[in-house]
Amino acid sequence: MDRIPILKMGNLLLVSIQVDLHDQLALDLQDDLSERIVATGARGVLIDISALEIVDSFIGRMLSTIASLSRLLDAETVVVGMRPAVAITLVELGLYMPGVRTALTLEHGLTLLGAEVRVSRSDEDEIDDDDGDGEPDMLAGYAAAQAGRGGAEPAATGAAGRGDGGRTGDR
Amino acid sequence: MIGNPGGSLPGREMTGTDPQRHPIVTESDVVRVRRVRQVVRALAVAAKLSLVDQTKMVTAASELARNTLVYGGGGEMMIDIVDNGRRHGVRAVFTDTGPGIPDLGLALTEGWTSGSGLGLGLTGSRRLVDEFTIDSSPGVGTTVRVVKWSR
Repeated sequence: MDRIPILKMGNLLLVSIQVDLHDQLALDLQDDLSERIVATGARGVLIDISALEIVDSFIGRMLSTIASLSRLLDAETVVVGMRPAVAITLVELGLYMPGVRTALTLEHGLTLLGAEVRVSRSDEDEIDDDDGDGEPDMLAGYAAAQAGRGGAEPAATGAAGRGDGGRTGDR
Repeated sequence: MIGNPGGSLPGREMTGTDPQRHPIVTESDVVRVRRVRQVVRALAVAAKLSLVDQTKMVTAASELARNTLVYGGGGEMMIDIVDNGRRHGVRAVFTDTGPGIPDLGLALTEGWTSGSGLGLGLTGSRRLVDEFTIDSSPGVGTTVRVVKWSR
């Protein structure tokens, strides 16, 4: 059964929506996320929607629900990577997503959450940092993958090259 | 019938591609609505709509397809490329044989919702397209026709 992966990064949870969301997948994501927030004590949730070509009221409502749910569990939600055409369409559609904060890129999203949530590495979930950029490599790798499809600044890393072979920008 | 002022009538001559018929049925709605989005995107590209207009048309179709499923109990979408002599456009017609909408004026009122949605389906879609007409009869069904023209 399909599931949208939820990655843990410090005290944040990272969700990248790469597939067309349908009812069951969206409900499963809500369930999985709330369980992971409680299990990990995460203080923030980053949802990457840069792969989504459209956001209709169904997906918008799901993002709102996740934000409300997370807030009840003491975690902030930031949606990152919305495409410009999607933003223009949402405004015209008249869809407002109450409680959903947005940031242009994953980096900005991290900064936004970082203001309230300290991204720390605890000993038990240590992540190697062999590229020496002071960030966990998992993050660098993710940022590179983002950069690979034009989602983030290439500067996000020492890990350039790792995103190669990924998708090319399709915006 | 309620339509945008200046919208062309359904019977008006337009040339373009042969219409494609796409069922929107409750069974495997996931696949169906996704398929609707893919088809609309493909024709919007073929009609040379800008990226923003493609996105608006696909989003409107997604909302209407969901309406067809959720409120109409399933139905179909007919889609084709139309040409009014000056511009190309994409026309999509969503038809269901569901319960119909008793009060169209009310259904098209900003913020109105039957309860389970956010009230964006019809009014939101109407803002995203260039032409919007709706026909609905209680007990017979609902037909929504939308057109997005290239600039």
